[in-house]
Amino acid sequence: MKNYQRFLKICLPIVFAAAAIHPVRGQNELTITREVPVIGNSKPIPVSLEGFSGEVADVLKLDLYVQGFSFTNADTAQYQISGTIAGSVQGRVVDRFAKSTILSHSYTGASLRRQAHAFADDIVQAITHKNGIAQTQIAFKVQSSTGNGEIFVADFDGHNAQSITHDNTIVAAPAWVPGRLAIYYTSYKRGNPDIFYHNLSTGQRHVVAGYSGLNTSAAVSPDGSKVAMILSKSGSPNVWICNADGTDLKRLTSSSEDSSPCWSPDGQWICFATKIADRRVLAKVPAGGGELQRIPTPGAPNPTEPDWSPDGKWIAFTSQTSEFDICVVPAGGGDPTVLVAGEDPSWSPNSRTLIFTRRTGGRYVLSVLDVFTKQVKDIARISGSDSQPAWAR
Amino acid sequence: MKMMKLTYLLAFALAVTLADTGCKNHRPVKVTQIPGSPTGNPNDQTDLNTKPYNNQPGPIAAAPLEEFEGMAKDPAALAAYTVHFAYDSSVVRKSERSNIQAVADALSRDSSAKLLIEGNCDERGTEEYNRALGERRALAVRQALAKGGIDPMRIRTISYGKDKPADPGHDESAWAKNRRDDFVLLHPKSGS
Repeated sequence: MKNYQRFLKICLPIVFAAAAIHPVRGQNELTITREVPVIGNSKPIPVSLEGFSGEVADVLKLDLYVQGFSFTNADTAQYQISGTIAGSVQGRVVDRFAKSTILSHSYTGASLRRQAHAFADDIVQAITHKNGIAQTQIAFKVQSSTGNGEIFVADFDGHNAQSITHDNTIVAAPAWVPGRLAIYYTSYKRGNPDIFYHNLSTGQRHVVAGYSGLNTSAAVSPDGSKVAMILSKSGSPNVWICNADGTDLKRLTSSSEDSSPCWSPDGQWICFATKIADRRVLAKVPAGGGELQRIPTPGAPNPTEPDWSPDGKWIAFTSQTSEFDICVVPAGGGDPTVLVAGEDPSWSPNSRTLIFTRRTGGRYVLSVLDVFTKQVKDIARISGSDSQPAWAR
Repeated sequence: MKMMKLTYLLAFALAVTLADTGCKNHRPVKVTQIPGSPTGNPNDQTDLNTKPYNNQPGPIAAAPLEEFEGMAKDPAALAAYTVHFAYDSSVVRKSERSNIQAVADALSRDSSAKLLIEGNCDERGTEEYNRALGERRALAVRQALAKGGIDPMRIRTISYGKDKPADPGHDESAWAKNRRDDFVLLHPKSGS
Protein backbone atom coordinates (compact mmCIF):
# COMPACT_ATOMS: atom_id res chain seq x y z
CA MET A 1 0.00 0.00 0.00
CA LYS A 2 2.92 2.32 0.71
CA ASN A 3 3.94 2.07 -2.91
CA TYR A 4 0.57 3.32 -4.08
CA GLN A 5 0.64 6.23 -1.72
CA ARG A 6 4.07 7.01 -2.98
CA PHE A 7 2.76 6.76 -6.53
CA LEU A 8 -0.08 9.10 -5.74
CA LYS A 9 2.04 11.59 -3.85
CA ILE A 10 5.01 11.70 -6.15
CA CYS A 11 4.06 10.54 -9.61
CA LEU A 12 0.64 12.02 -10.14
CA PRO A 13 1.57 15.64 -9.45
CA ILE A 14 4.57 15.19 -11.74
CA VAL A 15 2.36 13.72 -14.46
CA PHE A 16 -0.12 16.54 -14.22
CA ALA A 17 2.48 19.27 -13.90
CA ALA A 18 4.46 17.96 -16.85
CA ALA A 19 1.31 17.59 -18.90
CA ALA A 20 0.43 21.20 -18.26
CA ILE A 21 3.82 22.59 -19.21
CA HIS A 22 4.69 21.72 -22.76
CA PRO A 23 8.42 22.05 -23.06
CA VAL A 24 9.74 23.86 -26.09
CA ARG A 25 13.21 23.18 -27.40
CA GLY A 26 15.74 25.98 -27.30
CA GLN A 27 15.85 28.00 -30.49
CA ASN A 28 19.02 27.11 -32.36
CA GLU A 29 20.30 28.54 -35.60
CA LEU A 30 20.28 24.95 -36.81
CA THR A 31 16.89 23.67 -37.87
CA ILE A 32 16.44 20.18 -36.52
CA THR A 33 13.79 18.29 -38.45
CA ARG A 34 12.18 15.82 -36.13
CA GLU A 35 10.38 12.83 -37.51
CA VAL A 36 6.63 13.13 -37.02
CA PRO A 37 5.61 9.93 -35.26
CA VAL A 38 3.28 7.77 -37.32
CA ILE A 39 1.13 5.19 -35.60
CA GLY A 40 2.51 1.72 -36.31
CA ASN A 41 5.19 2.99 -38.69
CA SER A 42 7.83 4.94 -36.77
CA LYS A 43 11.50 3.99 -36.43
CA PRO A 44 12.73 3.30 -32.91
CA ILE A 45 15.32 5.67 -31.40
CA PRO A 46 18.68 3.83 -31.23
CA VAL A 47 20.36 3.95 -27.81
CA SER A 48 23.28 2.14 -26.19
CA LEU A 49 23.18 0.84 -22.63
CA GLU A 50 26.42 0.36 -20.69
CA GLY A 51 27.39 -0.28 -17.09
CA PHE A 52 24.14 -1.87 -15.90
CA SER A 53 23.49 -5.52 -15.18
CA GLY A 54 20.94 -7.84 -13.63
CA GLU A 55 17.55 -6.47 -12.59
CA VAL A 56 18.41 -2.83 -13.31
CA ALA A 57 19.47 -3.67 -16.88
CA ASP A 58 16.33 -5.80 -17.37
CA VAL A 59 14.08 -3.00 -16.10
CA LEU A 60 15.74 -0.35 -18.30
CA LYS A 61 15.60 -2.58 -21.39
CA LEU A 62 11.90 -3.38 -21.03
CA ASP A 63 10.90 0.17 -20.05
CA LEU A 64 12.75 1.71 -23.00
CA TYR A 65 11.87 -0.98 -25.57
CA VAL A 66 8.11 -0.57 -25.06
CA GLN A 67 8.49 3.22 -25.34
CA GLY A 68 10.05 3.14 -28.79
CA PHE A 69 13.80 2.73 -28.18
CA SER A 70 16.06 0.13 -29.78
CA PHE A 71 19.46 -1.06 -28.52
CA THR A 72 22.70 -0.84 -30.42
CA ASN A 73 26.39 -0.23 -29.65
CA ALA A 74 27.80 3.10 -28.48
CA ASP A 75 29.20 3.96 -31.94
CA THR A 76 25.87 3.84 -33.75
CA ALA A 77 23.56 4.98 -30.96
CA GLN A 78 21.90 8.37 -31.11
CA TYR A 79 21.90 8.49 -27.31
CA GLN A 80 24.46 6.79 -25.06
CA ILE A 81 22.99 5.63 -21.75
CA SER A 82 25.53 4.62 -19.13
CA GLY A 83 25.85 4.32 -15.40
CA THR A 84 26.60 2.18 -12.37
CA ILE A 85 24.73 0.22 -9.73
CA ALA A 86 27.01 0.75 -6.74
CA GLY A 87 24.33 0.27 -4.07
CA SER A 88 22.09 2.66 -5.93
CA VAL A 89 21.46 3.58 -9.54
CA GLN A 90 23.50 6.36 -11.15
CA GLY A 91 22.88 7.18 -14.77
CA ARG A 92 23.89 9.46 -17.60
CA VAL A 93 22.53 10.12 -21.07
CA VAL A 94 24.75 11.63 -23.78
CA ASP A 95 23.35 12.93 -27.04
CA ARG A 96 26.03 11.62 -29.42
CA PHE A 97 24.98 13.94 -32.28
CA ALA A 98 24.84 17.12 -30.17
CA LYS A 99 27.84 15.90 -28.16
CA SER A 100 26.25 16.94 -24.89
CA THR A 101 25.14 15.29 -21.67
CA ILE A 102 21.39 15.69 -21.43
CA LEU A 103 20.87 13.79 -18.18
CA SER A 104 23.06 12.93 -15.21
CA HIS A 105 21.33 11.72 -12.09
CA SER A 106 21.59 9.36 -9.15
CA TYR A 107 18.78 7.64 -7.30
CA THR A 108 18.39 6.48 -3.70
CA GLY A 109 15.75 4.78 -1.62
CA ALA A 110 13.06 2.17 -2.27
CA SER A 111 14.59 -0.64 -4.35
CA LEU A 112 17.02 -0.86 -7.25
CA ARG A 113 14.03 -1.85 -9.35
CA ARG A 114 12.16 1.38 -8.49
CA GLN A 115 15.32 3.45 -8.97
CA ALA A 116 15.72 1.90 -12.43
CA HIS A 117 12.10 2.77 -13.31
CA ALA A 118 12.69 6.35 -12.14
CA PHE A 119 15.83 6.55 -14.31
CA ALA A 120 13.87 5.18 -17.29
CA ASP A 121 11.24 7.92 -16.86
CA ASP A 122 13.99 10.57 -16.71
CA ILE A 123 15.57 9.16 -19.89
CA VAL A 124 12.24 9.31 -21.74
CA GLN A 125 11.66 12.86 -20.49
CA ALA A 126 15.18 14.00 -21.46
CA ILE A 127 15.04 12.52 -24.97
CA THR A 128 11.39 12.87 -26.01
CA HIS A 129 10.22 15.64 -23.61
CA LYS A 130 7.25 13.41 -22.75
CA ASN A 131 6.23 11.69 -19.54
CA GLY A 132 7.29 8.06 -19.35
CA ILE A 133 5.23 5.12 -18.14
CA ALA A 134 7.85 3.32 -16.03
CA GLN A 135 6.30 4.23 -12.67
CA THR A 136 2.65 3.65 -13.57
CA GLN A 137 0.27 0.96 -12.31
CA ILE A 138 -2.18 -1.47 -13.88
CA ALA A 139 -5.15 -3.50 -12.64
CA PHE A 140 -6.16 -6.79 -14.24
CA LYS A 141 -7.91 -10.10 -13.76
CA VAL A 142 -6.12 -13.34 -12.90
CA GLN A 143 -8.20 -16.43 -13.61
CA SER A 144 -7.54 -20.06 -12.69
CA SER A 145 -8.69 -23.06 -14.74
CA THR A 146 -11.87 -23.23 -12.61
CA GLY A 147 -13.02 -19.92 -14.08
CA ASN A 148 -12.71 -18.22 -10.70
CA GLY A 149 -10.14 -15.51 -10.15
CA GLU A 150 -9.10 -12.32 -8.38
CA ILE A 151 -8.45 -8.70 -9.28
CA PHE A 152 -4.76 -7.76 -9.11
CA VAL A 153 -2.91 -4.45 -9.08
CA ALA A 154 0.74 -4.30 -10.19
CA ASP A 155 3.43 -2.12 -11.69
CA PHE A 156 2.86 -1.70 -15.45
CA ASP A 157 5.46 -4.44 -16.08
CA GLY A 158 3.59 -6.97 -13.94
CA HIS A 159 5.99 -6.79 -10.99
CA ASN A 160 4.96 -6.05 -7.39
CA ALA A 161 1.59 -7.65 -8.10
CA GLN A 162 -0.91 -7.76 -5.26
CA SER A 163 -4.29 -9.47 -5.19
CA ILE A 164 -6.81 -6.92 -4.01
CA THR A 165 -9.70 -9.43 -3.82
CA HIS A 166 -9.74 -12.80 -2.05
CA ASP A 167 -13.19 -14.08 -2.99
CA ASN A 168 -12.42 -17.09 -5.21
CA THR A 169 -15.24 -16.22 -7.56
CA ILE A 170 -15.60 -14.97 -11.14
CA VAL A 171 -14.30 -11.42 -11.48
CA ALA A 172 -14.12 -9.09 -14.45
CA ALA A 173 -13.44 -5.69 -15.95
CA PRO A 174 -11.43 -3.63 -13.43
CA ALA A 175 -11.54 0.14 -14.10
CA TRP A 176 -9.54 2.84 -12.31
CA VAL A 177 -10.89 6.04 -10.89
CA PRO A 178 -8.63 8.58 -12.66
CA GLY A 179 -5.97 10.01 -10.34
CA ARG A 180 -7.13 8.01 -7.33
CA LEU A 181 -6.28 4.72 -5.63
CA ALA A 182 -9.70 3.26 -6.26
CA ILE A 183 -11.15 0.86 -8.80
CA TYR A 184 -14.49 -0.50 -9.92
CA TYR A 185 -14.85 -4.12 -11.01
CA THR A 186 -17.37 -6.89 -11.55
CA SER A 187 -17.58 -9.73 -9.02
CA TYR A 188 -19.91 -12.75 -8.86
CA LYS A 189 -19.29 -12.92 -5.10
CA ARG A 190 -23.00 -12.51 -4.28
CA GLY A 191 -24.17 -15.00 -6.94
CA ASN A 192 -24.78 -12.33 -9.54
CA PRO A 193 -22.40 -10.22 -11.61
CA ASP A 194 -22.40 -7.00 -9.55
CA ILE A 195 -20.25 -3.86 -9.88
CA PHE A 196 -18.18 -3.01 -6.80
CA TYR A 197 -16.37 0.19 -5.87
CA HIS A 198 -13.14 -0.65 -4.03
CA ASN A 199 -10.99 1.90 -2.21
CA LEU A 200 -7.43 0.54 -2.44
CA SER A 201 -6.11 2.71 0.39
CA THR A 202 -8.61 1.48 2.97
CA GLY A 203 -9.52 -1.88 1.39
CA GLN A 204 -13.18 -1.02 1.82
CA ARG A 205 -15.67 -1.78 -0.92
CA HIS A 206 -19.38 -1.67 -1.64
CA VAL A 207 -21.81 -2.62 -4.41
CA VAL A 208 -22.55 0.22 -6.82
CA ALA A 209 -24.76 -1.74 -9.24
CA GLY A 210 -26.35 -5.01 -8.13
CA TYR A 211 -29.48 -5.16 -10.24
CA SER A 212 -31.13 -8.27 -11.68
CA GLY A 213 -29.22 -9.67 -14.63
CA LEU A 214 -25.91 -8.30 -15.85
CA ASN A 215 -23.98 -5.50 -14.09
CA THR A 216 -20.54 -5.17 -15.69
CA SER A 217 -17.99 -3.18 -17.73
CA ALA A 218 -17.75 -0.17 -15.40
CA ALA A 219 -15.96 2.87 -16.88
CA VAL A 220 -15.26 5.94 -14.75
CA SER A 221 -15.60 9.49 -16.12
CA PRO A 222 -12.36 11.53 -16.31
CA ASP A 223 -13.40 13.62 -13.26
CA GLY A 224 -14.38 10.48 -11.34
CA SER A 225 -17.94 11.69 -10.72
CA LYS A 226 -19.83 9.29 -13.02
CA VAL A 227 -19.74 5.64 -13.99
CA ALA A 228 -20.89 4.20 -17.32
CA MET A 229 -21.64 0.47 -17.39
CA ILE A 230 -23.59 -2.36 -18.98
CA LEU A 231 -26.82 -3.39 -17.23
CA SER A 232 -29.51 -5.78 -18.47
CA LYS A 233 -32.16 -4.96 -15.86
CA SER A 234 -34.59 -3.70 -18.49
CA GLY A 235 -34.29 -6.88 -20.57
CA SER A 236 -31.29 -6.29 -22.84
CA PRO A 237 -27.64 -5.37 -22.21
CA ASN A 238 -27.41 -1.57 -22.56
CA VAL A 239 -25.22 1.35 -21.57
CA TRP A 240 -26.34 3.00 -18.32
CA ILE A 241 -24.81 5.85 -16.36
CA CYS A 242 -24.90 6.73 -12.66
CA ASN A 243 -23.08 8.82 -10.08
CA ALA A 244 -19.84 7.43 -8.62
CA ASP A 245 -21.83 6.05 -5.66
CA GLY A 246 -24.49 4.39 -7.85
CA THR A 247 -27.23 6.99 -7.42
CA ASP A 248 -29.06 8.82 -10.23
CA LEU A 249 -29.14 5.83 -12.58
CA LYS A 250 -30.05 6.57 -16.20
CA ARG A 251 -30.26 4.44 -19.33
CA LEU A 252 -28.30 5.85 -22.28
CA THR A 253 -28.91 3.31 -25.06
CA SER A 254 -31.67 0.98 -26.13
CA SER A 255 -30.01 -1.11 -28.83
CA SER A 256 -29.95 -4.82 -28.09
CA GLU A 257 -26.25 -5.67 -28.33
CA ASP A 258 -24.21 -3.08 -26.42
CA SER A 259 -20.90 -3.78 -24.64
CA SER A 260 -17.72 -2.17 -23.25
CA PRO A 261 -18.36 1.56 -22.68
CA CYS A 262 -15.43 4.01 -22.33
CA TRP A 263 -15.25 7.81 -21.86
CA SER A 264 -13.85 10.55 -24.05
CA PRO A 265 -11.22 12.46 -22.03
CA ASP A 266 -13.36 15.61 -22.07
CA GLY A 267 -16.16 13.65 -20.39
CA GLN A 268 -18.63 14.54 -23.15
CA TRP A 269 -18.99 11.17 -24.88
CA ILE A 270 -19.30 7.50 -24.11
CA CYS A 271 -17.98 5.20 -26.80
CA PHE A 272 -19.11 1.57 -26.86
CA ALA A 273 -19.52 -1.48 -29.11
CA THR A 274 -22.96 -2.20 -30.52
CA LYS A 275 -24.83 -3.56 -33.54
CA ILE A 276 -26.45 -1.28 -36.10
CA ALA A 277 -28.27 -2.61 -39.16
CA ASP A 278 -26.96 -6.10 -38.44
CA ARG A 279 -23.30 -5.00 -38.31
CA ARG A 280 -21.11 -4.77 -35.27
CA VAL A 281 -19.78 -1.21 -34.97
CA LEU A 282 -18.35 1.33 -32.57
CA ALA A 283 -20.67 4.18 -31.62
CA LYS A 284 -20.71 7.10 -29.23
CA VAL A 285 -23.50 8.72 -27.28
CA PRO A 286 -23.45 12.02 -25.34
CA ALA A 287 -22.83 11.30 -21.65
CA GLY A 288 -25.91 13.35 -20.84
CA GLY A 289 -28.02 11.28 -23.23
CA GLY A 290 -28.97 11.89 -26.85
CA GLU A 291 -28.44 10.74 -30.39
CA LEU A 292 -26.09 7.86 -31.05
CA GLN A 293 -23.31 8.45 -33.61
CA ARG A 294 -21.34 5.81 -35.45
CA ILE A 295 -17.53 5.75 -35.32
CA PRO A 296 -16.57 4.11 -38.62
CA THR A 297 -13.71 1.60 -38.61
CA PRO A 298 -13.42 0.77 -42.31
CA GLY A 299 -11.38 -2.36 -42.91
CA ALA A 300 -11.40 -3.37 -39.22
CA PRO A 301 -14.56 -5.46 -38.85
CA ASN A 302 -16.43 -6.49 -35.68
CA PRO A 303 -14.93 -3.85 -33.38
CA THR A 304 -15.30 -4.34 -29.60
CA GLU A 305 -13.56 -3.11 -26.41
CA PRO A 306 -12.89 0.54 -27.37
CA ASP A 307 -10.60 2.69 -25.21
CA TRP A 308 -10.26 6.44 -25.87
CA SER A 309 -6.69 7.79 -25.51
CA PRO A 310 -6.20 10.30 -22.66
CA ASP A 311 -5.03 12.95 -25.19
CA GLY A 312 -8.34 12.54 -27.01
CA LYS A 313 -6.82 11.74 -30.39
CA TRP A 314 -7.31 7.99 -30.76
CA ILE A 315 -9.63 5.14 -30.01
CA ALA A 316 -7.96 1.74 -29.59
CA PHE A 317 -10.18 -1.33 -30.02
CA THR A 318 -10.22 -5.05 -30.83
CA SER A 319 -11.15 -6.09 -34.36
CA GLN A 320 -12.27 -9.65 -34.98
CA THR A 321 -11.70 -11.47 -38.24
CA SER A 322 -10.59 -15.10 -37.99
CA GLU A 323 -8.29 -13.84 -35.21
CA PHE A 324 -8.25 -10.73 -33.03
CA ASP A 325 -6.21 -7.61 -33.72
CA ILE A 326 -5.40 -4.49 -31.74
CA CYS A 327 -6.38 -1.48 -33.88
CA VAL A 328 -6.26 2.29 -33.45
CA VAL A 329 -8.59 4.74 -35.23
CA PRO A 330 -8.51 8.57 -35.07
CA ALA A 331 -11.28 9.54 -32.64
CA GLY A 332 -12.45 12.23 -35.05
CA GLY A 333 -12.79 9.74 -37.92
CA GLY A 334 -10.37 8.21 -40.41
CA ASP A 335 -8.82 4.92 -41.33
CA PRO A 336 -7.91 2.49 -38.58
CA THR A 337 -4.40 1.04 -38.28
CA VAL A 338 -4.08 -2.65 -37.47
CA LEU A 339 -1.17 -2.96 -35.03
CA VAL A 340 -0.66 -6.49 -33.64
CA ALA A 341 -2.65 -9.63 -32.81
CA GLY A 342 -4.38 -9.23 -29.43
CA GLU A 343 -7.45 -8.12 -27.51
CA ASP A 344 -8.75 -5.62 -24.96
CA PRO A 345 -6.36 -2.64 -25.28
CA SER A 346 -5.98 -0.02 -22.51
CA TRP A 347 -4.06 3.26 -23.03
CA SER A 348 -1.16 4.40 -20.89
CA PRO A 349 -1.53 7.85 -19.30
CA ASN A 350 0.76 9.37 -21.96
CA SER A 351 -1.34 8.05 -24.90
CA ARG A 352 1.63 6.30 -26.52
CA THR A 353 1.60 2.75 -25.14
CA LEU A 354 -1.15 0.13 -24.94
CA ILE A 355 -1.45 -2.82 -22.61
CA PHE A 356 -3.52 -5.68 -24.02
CA THR A 357 -4.11 -9.43 -23.82
CA ARG A 358 -2.66 -12.06 -26.07
CA ARG A 359 -3.91 -15.64 -26.35
CA THR A 360 -1.36 -18.38 -26.05
CA GLY A 361 -1.96 -22.06 -25.28
CA GLY A 362 -5.57 -21.57 -24.25
CA ARG A 363 -4.88 -18.75 -21.78
CA TYR A 364 -4.25 -15.03 -21.79
CA VAL A 365 -1.00 -13.18 -21.11
CA LEU A 366 -0.57 -9.42 -20.82
CA SER A 367 1.55 -7.57 -23.34
CA VAL A 368 2.68 -3.96 -23.71
CA LEU A 369 2.83 -2.26 -27.11
CA ASP A 370 4.41 0.98 -28.31
CA VAL A 371 1.84 2.09 -30.88
CA PHE A 372 4.33 4.14 -32.91
CA THR A 373 7.04 1.52 -33.46
CA LYS A 374 4.88 -1.55 -32.83
CA GLN A 375 7.55 -2.83 -30.42
CA VAL A 376 5.81 -5.27 -28.10
CA LYS A 377 6.78 -7.35 -25.05
CA ASP A 378 4.91 -9.66 -22.68
CA ILE A 379 4.99 -8.50 -19.07
CA ALA A 380 5.60 -10.68 -15.99
CA ARG A 381 2.95 -13.35 -15.65
CA ILE A 382 1.18 -13.90 -12.33
CA SER A 383 -0.50 -17.27 -12.78
CA GLY A 384 -3.27 -18.91 -14.78
CA SER A 385 -4.79 -16.54 -17.31
CA ASP A 386 -4.09 -12.81 -16.94
CA SER A 387 -6.52 -10.53 -18.80
CA GLN A 388 -8.68 -7.37 -18.88
CA PRO A 389 -5.83 -4.92 -18.12
CA ALA A 390 -6.67 -1.35 -17.09
CA TRP A 391 -3.92 1.24 -16.97
CA ALA A 392 -4.10 3.68 -14.04
CA ARG A 393 -4.20 7.23 -15.36
CA MET B 1 -79.37 46.12 -37.19
CA LYS B 2 -78.28 44.50 -33.94
CA MET B 3 -80.48 41.46 -34.70
CA MET B 4 -78.90 41.12 -38.13
CA LYS B 5 -75.45 41.07 -36.63
CA LEU B 6 -76.40 38.38 -34.11
CA THR B 7 -77.94 36.13 -36.77
CA TYR B 8 -74.84 36.58 -38.85
CA LEU B 9 -72.67 35.59 -35.96
CA LEU B 10 -74.78 32.50 -35.17
CA ALA B 11 -74.73 31.37 -38.78
CA PHE B 12 -70.99 31.77 -38.87
CA ALA B 13 -70.55 29.80 -35.65
CA LEU B 14 -72.76 27.00 -37.00
CA ALA B 15 -70.78 26.88 -40.24
CA VAL B 16 -67.53 26.61 -38.32
CA THR B 17 -68.92 23.83 -36.09
CA LEU B 18 -70.13 21.86 -39.11
CA ALA B 19 -66.92 22.30 -40.95
CA ASP B 20 -65.02 21.15 -37.90
CA THR B 21 -67.20 18.06 -37.48
CA GLY B 22 -66.86 17.23 -41.12
CA CYS B 23 -63.15 17.49 -40.86
CA LYS B 24 -63.00 15.19 -37.84
CA ASN B 25 -64.50 12.36 -39.83
CA HIS B 26 -61.54 12.36 -42.21
CA ARG B 27 -58.49 13.51 -40.32
CA PRO B 28 -58.35 13.40 -36.52
CA VAL B 29 -56.45 16.32 -35.02
CA LYS B 30 -54.84 14.42 -32.10
CA VAL B 31 -53.78 10.78 -32.31
CA THR B 32 -52.58 8.87 -29.25
CA GLN B 33 -50.45 5.90 -30.22
CA ILE B 34 -50.98 2.95 -27.87
CA PRO B 35 -47.86 0.77 -27.68
CA GLY B 36 -48.28 -2.94 -28.47
CA SER B 37 -49.73 -4.98 -31.30
CA PRO B 38 -53.48 -4.90 -32.04
CA THR B 39 -55.62 -7.21 -29.93
CA GLY B 40 -56.29 -10.46 -31.77
CA ASN B 41 -59.64 -12.07 -32.47
CA PRO B 42 -60.86 -13.56 -29.15
CA ASN B 43 -61.88 -16.70 -31.04
CA ASP B 44 -58.36 -17.22 -32.31
CA GLN B 45 -57.23 -20.41 -30.56
CA THR B 46 -53.51 -19.70 -30.93
CA ASP B 47 -53.81 -16.63 -28.70
CA LEU B 48 -55.37 -18.45 -25.75
CA ASN B 49 -52.10 -18.82 -23.83
CA THR B 50 -51.05 -15.25 -24.43
CA LYS B 51 -50.63 -13.14 -21.33
CA PRO B 52 -50.90 -9.35 -21.51
CA TYR B 53 -47.13 -8.87 -21.29
CA ASN B 54 -46.66 -10.67 -24.60
CA ASN B 55 -48.38 -7.80 -26.30
CA GLN B 56 -45.81 -5.39 -24.97
CA PRO B 57 -43.14 -4.50 -27.49
CA GLY B 58 -39.45 -5.00 -26.76
CA PRO B 59 -37.67 -6.88 -24.00
CA ILE B 60 -39.17 -7.95 -20.69
CA ALA B 61 -37.71 -6.24 -17.65
CA ALA B 62 -35.93 -8.40 -15.09
CA ALA B 63 -37.60 -9.65 -11.91
CA PRO B 64 -36.20 -8.22 -8.65
CA LEU B 65 -33.35 -10.35 -7.26
CA GLU B 66 -35.00 -10.45 -3.80
CA GLU B 67 -37.73 -12.65 -5.24
CA PHE B 68 -35.13 -15.41 -5.65
CA GLU B 69 -33.31 -15.00 -2.36
CA GLY B 70 -32.75 -18.12 -0.28
CA MET B 71 -34.09 -20.55 -2.90
CA ALA B 72 -32.43 -23.97 -3.18
CA LYS B 73 -30.66 -24.67 -6.46
CA ASP B 74 -31.40 -27.93 -8.29
CA PRO B 75 -29.09 -28.06 -11.32
CA ALA B 76 -29.79 -31.78 -11.99
CA ALA B 77 -33.54 -31.54 -12.59
CA LEU B 78 -33.30 -29.78 -15.97
CA ALA B 79 -29.74 -30.71 -16.92
CA ALA B 80 -31.00 -32.75 -19.87
CA TYR B 81 -32.61 -29.72 -21.49
CA THR B 82 -29.62 -27.43 -22.03
CA VAL B 83 -30.28 -25.17 -25.04
CA HIS B 84 -27.48 -24.62 -27.57
CA PHE B 85 -26.81 -21.69 -29.91
CA ALA B 86 -25.11 -20.97 -33.22
CA TYR B 87 -21.80 -19.06 -33.24
CA ASP B 88 -22.13 -15.45 -32.06
CA SER B 89 -25.93 -15.79 -31.97
CA SER B 90 -28.61 -15.47 -29.32
CA VAL B 91 -31.42 -16.64 -31.64
CA VAL B 92 -33.33 -19.62 -30.22
CA ARG B 93 -33.24 -22.27 -32.93
CA LYS B 94 -36.24 -24.45 -33.83
CA SER B 95 -34.24 -27.53 -32.84
CA GLU B 96 -34.15 -26.26 -29.25
CA ARG B 97 -37.90 -25.81 -28.85
CA SER B 98 -38.55 -29.27 -27.36
CA ASN B 99 -36.04 -28.55 -24.60
CA ILE B 100 -37.66 -25.21 -23.86
CA GLN B 101 -41.07 -26.91 -23.80
CA ALA B 102 -39.75 -29.47 -21.29
CA VAL B 103 -38.53 -26.62 -19.04
CA ALA B 104 -41.89 -24.86 -19.42
CA ASP B 105 -43.68 -28.11 -18.46
CA ALA B 106 -41.54 -28.49 -15.33
CA LEU B 107 -42.37 -24.93 -14.27
CA SER B 108 -46.08 -25.47 -15.01
CA ARG B 109 -46.15 -28.65 -12.90
CA ASP B 110 -44.70 -26.92 -9.85
CA SER B 111 -46.02 -23.42 -9.37
CA SER B 112 -43.73 -22.82 -6.36
CA ALA B 113 -40.60 -23.47 -8.43
CA LYS B 114 -38.62 -20.73 -10.17
CA LEU B 115 -35.87 -20.84 -12.76
CA LEU B 116 -32.30 -19.62 -13.18
CA ILE B 117 -31.04 -19.51 -16.77
CA GLU B 118 -27.24 -19.47 -17.09
CA GLY B 119 -26.02 -18.06 -20.43
CA ASN B 120 -22.60 -19.16 -21.69
CA CYS B 121 -20.34 -18.60 -24.71
CA ASP B 122 -17.52 -20.34 -26.50
CA GLU B 123 -14.04 -18.90 -26.04
CA ARG B 124 -13.83 -17.07 -29.34
CA GLY B 125 -15.35 -13.67 -28.58
CA THR B 126 -13.72 -10.95 -26.49
CA GLU B 127 -14.41 -11.17 -22.74
CA GLU B 128 -16.94 -8.43 -22.04
CA TYR B 129 -18.62 -8.91 -25.43
CA ASN B 130 -19.16 -12.53 -24.44
CA ARG B 131 -20.48 -11.54 -21.02
CA ALA B 132 -23.17 -9.50 -22.80
CA LEU B 133 -23.75 -12.27 -25.39
CA GLY B 134 -24.27 -14.87 -22.61
CA GLU B 135 -26.84 -12.55 -21.03
CA ARG B 136 -28.59 -12.11 -24.39
CA ARG B 137 -28.78 -15.89 -24.76
CA ALA B 138 -30.32 -16.29 -21.29
CA LEU B 139 -32.77 -13.43 -21.96
CA ALA B 140 -33.76 -14.94 -25.35
CA VAL B 141 -34.81 -18.21 -23.71
CA ARG B 142 -36.56 -16.29 -20.91
CA GLN B 143 -38.53 -14.50 -23.60
CA ALA B 144 -39.32 -17.83 -25.34
CA LEU B 145 -40.60 -19.29 -22.06
CA ALA B 146 -42.71 -16.19 -21.52
CA LYS B 147 -44.22 -16.66 -24.97
CA GLY B 148 -45.00 -20.21 -23.91
CA GLY B 149 -47.05 -18.91 -21.00
CA ILE B 150 -44.51 -18.97 -18.16
CA ASP B 151 -44.54 -15.85 -16.00
CA PRO B 152 -41.13 -14.24 -16.73
CA MET B 153 -41.06 -12.87 -13.18
CA ARG B 154 -40.35 -16.48 -12.10
CA ILE B 155 -37.18 -16.47 -14.21
CA ARG B 156 -33.77 -15.04 -13.33
CA THR B 157 -30.82 -14.83 -15.73
CA ILE B 158 -27.07 -14.88 -15.22
CA SER B 159 -24.27 -14.69 -17.77
CA TYR B 160 -20.93 -16.41 -17.24
CA GLY B 161 -19.56 -15.21 -20.57
CA LYS B 162 -16.81 -17.64 -21.47
CA ASP B 163 -15.75 -18.19 -17.84
CA LYS B 164 -17.57 -21.53 -17.36
CA PRO B 165 -17.07 -23.72 -20.43
CA ALA B 166 -18.80 -27.13 -20.36
CA ASP B 167 -15.90 -28.50 -22.41
CA PRO B 168 -12.41 -27.03 -21.89
CA GLY B 169 -11.34 -27.99 -25.45
CA HIS B 170 -10.33 -25.53 -28.16
CA ASP B 171 -12.10 -27.04 -31.18
CA GLU B 172 -15.49 -26.73 -32.87
CA SER B 173 -17.00 -29.68 -30.97
CA ALA B 174 -16.07 -28.07 -27.64
CA TRP B 175 -17.24 -24.63 -28.79
CA ALA B 176 -20.64 -26.06 -29.89
CA LYS B 177 -21.14 -27.52 -26.39
CA ASN B 178 -20.12 -24.27 -24.71
CA ARG B 179 -22.55 -21.97 -26.58
CA ARG B 180 -25.42 -22.80 -24.26
CA ASP B 181 -28.06 -21.94 -21.68
CA ASP B 182 -28.07 -24.24 -18.65
CA PHE B 183 -31.21 -24.43 -16.50
CA VAL B 184 -31.22 -24.51 -12.70
CA LEU B 185 -34.57 -25.24 -11.04
CA LEU B 186 -35.09 -23.17 -7.90
CA HIS B 187 -37.16 -24.51 -4.99
CA PRO B 188 -38.40 -22.54 -2.00
CA LYS B 189 -36.38 -23.56 1.08
CA SER B 190 -38.35 -26.17 3.07
CA GLY B 191 -40.32 -24.56 5.88
CA SER B 192 -40.74 -21.27 4.05
